[in-house]
Amino acid sequence: MSSVQQAVVPAPAAAAPRRTAKGWAYLRYGAGKVGGAVISLLAVLVTGFFLFRLIPGDPVKTMTGGRPVSAGQLAAYRREFGLDLPMWQQFTDYCGKALTGDLGTSYQFRAPVLDKIAEALPNTLLLTGTAFVLYTALGIVLGTRAAWRHDRLGDRLSTGLALTLYSVPSFWLGLLLIIVFSVGVGPIPGLFPTGGMESGGEEGFAYVLDVAHHLVLPVITLVAVEYGQTLLVTRSALLDEMASDYLTTARAKGLRDDLVRRRHAVPNALLPTVTLIFVNLGRTVAGVILVETVFSWPGLGGLFYQALSVPDLPLVQGLFFVFATAVIVMNTLADLVYPLLDPRVGR
Amino acid sequence: MTTTTPPGPRALAWRRRGHSAARFWKQYRTRRAGVLGLAVLVLFGLIALTAPLTVGSDVQSVTEAPGQPLESPSGQFPLGTDRFGRGLLGLLIWGARVSLLVGLLAAVLSVSIGAVIGITAGHFRGRYATVMMRVTDWFLVMPTLVLAIALATVMSRSLGTIILAIGVTTWPTTARLVRAQTLAVESRPYIERAKALGGGHWHIMSRHVLPNVMPLVLAQTTLVISSAILAEATLAFLGLGDPTVISWGGLLQDAREAGAVSSGDWWYLVPPGIAIAVVALAFTLCGRAVEAVLNPRLGVAR
Repeated sequence: MSSVQQAVVPAPAAAAPRRTAKGWAYLRYGAGKVGGAVISLLAVLVTGFFLFRLIPGDPVKTMTGGRPVSAGQLAAYRREFGLDLPMWQQFTDYCGKALTGDLGTSYQFRAPVLDKIAEALPNTLLLTGTAFVLYTALGIVLGTRAAWRHDRLGDRLSTGLALTLYSVPSFWLGLLLIIVFSVGVGPIPGLFPTGGMESGGEEGFAYVLDVAHHLVLPVITLVAVEYGQTLLVTRSALLDEMASDYLTTARAKGLRDDLVRRRHAVPNALLPTVTLIFVNLGRTVAGVILVETVFSWPGLGGLFYQALSVPDLPLVQGLFFVFATAVIVMNTLADLVYPLLDPRVGR
Repeated sequence: MTTTTPPGPRALAWRRRGHSAARFWKQYRTRRAGVLGLAVLVLFGLIALTAPLTVGSDVQSVTEAPGQPLESPSGQFPLGTDRFGRGLLGLLIWGARVSLLVGLLAAVLSVSIGAVIGITAGHFRGRYATVMMRVTDWFLVMPTLVLAIALATVMSRSLGTIILAIGVTTWPTTARLVRAQTLAVESRPYIERAKALGGGHWHIMSRHVLPNVMPLVLAQTTLVISSAILAEATLAFLGLGDPTVISWGGLLQDAREAGAVSSGDWWYLVPPGIAIAVVALAFTLCGRAVEAVLNPRLGVAR
């Protein structure tokens, strides 16, 4: 062992310039990715503006909800929300404000869009964060097991169940869970609340328990429909890895089976899963719309659904931007982290 | 084919295609999950196609509903009735037509856009390819569901809107796959030969690249149909579908609006969801089997 280390010791002098060169290459690569992400974000901003101006119907009429309003009042509303200005001026105003963090005022709630989003964001993060941790862990653990004992009964059942749940519409699963566990079927009483995030009136530790109680069903729904993909990717990555010679070497030196798996095979097999994990995190924030709608969870997804039905243009636009940002930021992070984990790519 | 006249090039080509189809089927048959998926699809296809004979289009009629609203399952109505008193079994069968049709058309639209952009971007290179791949990347990072909801919201409520919304938001994956395959095909010597013999862009793309990309496109279509059916159900459930058309997602939305959840009317909710899941799963199983046969290296379904 020591002779090997001594042999390596003279190397740093030679390796140092190579290392900085690699560092520069990574920086350039990273700058390119971040630049691309910024361009994507700007494109989303522009798309958001034009896409939602196409909505038929007069937002001012929707706002007044069919109440009889005088022409003067209508004009006042128009002025208040800047709808009387020509389109190009609305666009430049919108861009200028968006860049300073002002996303406009919600028609429906008469409150800044940013405030509404800031209010709902922690709730969404609580729901998606909990579900994300659980389904990633579940997917990796079950995927590893399925690959390690592939083509056995356990693998077939586990992969089949994952594929089935992956094909189930999340909102339908949510509704079924509500019927079975909240409303109650036959003799079984409702165990969990049908929706919302809190019962109200609780404080301290009781409040935490109450929120956790409300969290159970939405989290189960999200985990059930999302873990399949992680399982499948982990499984096929590990299967690819299992034919490698270094695993034979590891076995030949007498390592126990689960050491070969945990120390040698799984770390390499997890590389493709890492990308998926980041992409999933971004997508889950956007994909939570249905689950939040079904469970009346007061998060971004529920807010999006409410805003769409009006339609509350500034709020829809702002949420569209937030959802797209979540996906773009996570994809960029995946691009940035991956070359650090796997030196074979991205340089 | 008699031995006296040698077969023409066209006949030879057809015979070669016949052989590769037979070879494909022989390998596909060994994948049990794929065969199961195919059987389920054939069954659902038959049910959907024969629906005018078995249930008839008057199952949709709200005014001439045969039963009372929200009846539990009985001999007359095996799956109960909906909120207008229509038999749910008939609606479920009728709904299969729309759900399958929208899924198929949306997938065909999505994969066609992806294939055209992928092949042209792989063939023409240069500035055109750069711009196209930028656009693809941009669509790839957009949250698909959010974009589809946005599109379905701004356009009028119709089946065409749903198909368009799903089609134009899901093509980027296909475009990337097809472009990679096109680049691989175009680097082969016989493309150079075709160019030397005077083959133009159209000839090379349609006669050489397309046949080589086709298997990939087929496998991709099968997989996209599965997600398109789910997306259709989702949009219909959010109330963005055509309210006059019966689809599985629309039935679920009806059920929710009729209060089936709070009154525990599980028989209203369960069948449409199972139908969606079974068909989506069947397409996924078929797609994975096709992919595994055509491209063993992918290792998806080992």
